[in-house]
Amino acid sequence: MKNRSKSMKLLPYLLVAPAVLILTIFYIYPILYNVYLSFFTWNMRGPMKFAGLDNYIELFKGRDFLGTLSNTLLYMVMDVTLVMVLAMLLALFLQKNTFINRFIQTLSFTPNIISLISVSLIWMWLMNTDTGLFNYLLSLIGAGPVGWLTDKQVALFSLVLVSVWKSVGFNALIITSALGSIPAHLYEAAALDNASKQSVFFQITLKMISPTLFFLILMNIIGSFQVFETINIMTQGGPANATNTLIFSIYKQSFEYYRVGYAAAMAVVLMAIVGLITIFYFKAMGRRVHYR
Amino acid sequence: MKTLIRTPGLILRILISVLLIVIFLTPFYWMILTAFKTLGEVLAMPPKFWVQSLQWQNFKDAFTRIDFLHYTRNSLIITLGTLIGQVLVVVPAAYAFARYDFKGKNWLFGTVLATMMIPGQLIFLPIFVMFAKSGLLNTYVSLIVPFIASGTAIFMLRQTFMQVPDSQLEAARLDNAGEFKIIYTIMMPAAIPTLSTLALLTFIGTWNSYFFPLVWTTTDAVRTLPLGIQRLQDIEGLSPQIVMAGNMMLIVPILIVFVVARKQIIKAFTYMGVK
Repeated sequence: MKNRSKSMKLLPYLLVAPAVLILTIFYIYPILYNVYLSFFTWNMRGPMKFAGLDNYIELFKGRDFLGTLSNTLLYMVMDVTLVMVLAMLLALFLQKNTFINRFIQTLSFTPNIISLISVSLIWMWLMNTDTGLFNYLLSLIGAGPVGWLTDKQVALFSLVLVSVWKSVGFNALIITSALGSIPAHLYEAAALDNASKQSVFFQITLKMISPTLFFLILMNIIGSFQVFETINIMTQGGPANATNTLIFSIYKQSFEYYRVGYAAAMAVVLMAIVGLITIFYFKAMGRRVHYR
Repeated sequence: MKTLIRTPGLILRILISVLLIVIFLTPFYWMILTAFKTLGEVLAMPPKFWVQSLQWQNFKDAFTRIDFLHYTRNSLIITLGTLIGQVLVVVPAAYAFARYDFKGKNWLFGTVLATMMIPGQLIFLPIFVMFAKSGLLNTYVSLIVPFIASGTAIFMLRQTFMQVPDSQLEAARLDNAGEFKIIYTIMMPAAIPTLSTLALLTFIGTWNSYFFPLVWTTTDAVRTLPLGIQRLQDIEGLSPQIVMAGNMMLIVPILIVFVVARKQIIKAFTYMGVK
């Protein structure tokens, strides 16, 4: 028995070792390595040259990065707002558990399991300026043609549309399940008090699902910072850099211009932004939003 | 009287329902329609909302213009490799986190949870450099190993393992069953719903994965089907019917899985969303 208990002490470490090792090698270490790379200039081939803060100075001096950052923020604001508002409306609309509602719910969820490359190719075809379905439909009412992906005023918004179409069903699904878990007695009490529809919505419904909503907002913010597939396939960052966002820019700087240090510095800044948002979220959650 | 009052609301509901169905169905319908058209029909203005005769040739073309089998085989190897690797790595870890107290446990589990918050897109570059330096570039290993220790999977499976009654474990230990026997005869059978849910999520995620196969490879050697379809777009961009046919072949396996396991997939995504 003694022997067994001794080996038992080591056993849990052996069981978690492979997983922890992989997570360390492919998550923890790369973060540190990325910070390290950001202090060098390197083109992937020659020797690495220590550059101090040069990469960061260049980031904030040049127009490139600031333009990219503002594209990313603009995309984020449009994407998160549209997704959350439309998902909320969709969830409220589908609240009743009928056959047709379940059908629409499944249908609206389907894009979420389809590869972003497929979604991008389909929408690129729909948004084609000359032969696309969208511009044909617009021409029926005498409008357009719109340069969905070629007009720099519109292109970023077109990418947002694709993202909204893809993720609104998923977000609505989560909101629906949160709505379903609100205890019925709260509504009964409100009915006894003759509360108005609005106050029931704001005082009960919205309050009760607020943790879910805040979580979804966080997830959508982080997700929108990572937008890449639609850009790489549909616009290549164009026209005139209008859709050049952070991850796409890091990708281009790395593999097209071979500026590893500069790209790494960009990733550090993005990491800091995501980190701050996450910390802020957990702080705010801890204090404010109430769990059941 | 009652039905009369309800009618406007009902009509509005029906209208919105139809609109929603159109919004979510049209892109798919347009893809399928295009995939079966001739080039002439594709370019026709006004567009045709139905096809004259089904052009199966488009699928043959898509299949031969790129090395479709090569990409499909890579996708299958990487998907299968990730699935098997996950079981081998995640199950023991989740079991230890669920059933043992050991020094540093909270700290290690905290690390696992923290990695769930790190978007992989932010660290593709240092990992690329690591692969390049260690000669792992353009190998299956580089597209499988980083994904087999999923924090989400460990977390979900740990929750399930914690719910297995102590009495079952004690009985097995009295019988002198080894730990691995306990894992494979008690824990895993008890966790079959969670395991199959995780398998579905991994299958969907890996089959659809585009970013990492793109940034972690420099040749076609281990590239996957999504990249093959992009290549099809690059060389056949002026023949949308061929691109859409190829695209359909990428989507159909996922759609079949979705139709078969719809409830479980939706439950899995809901779980991830509200965790």
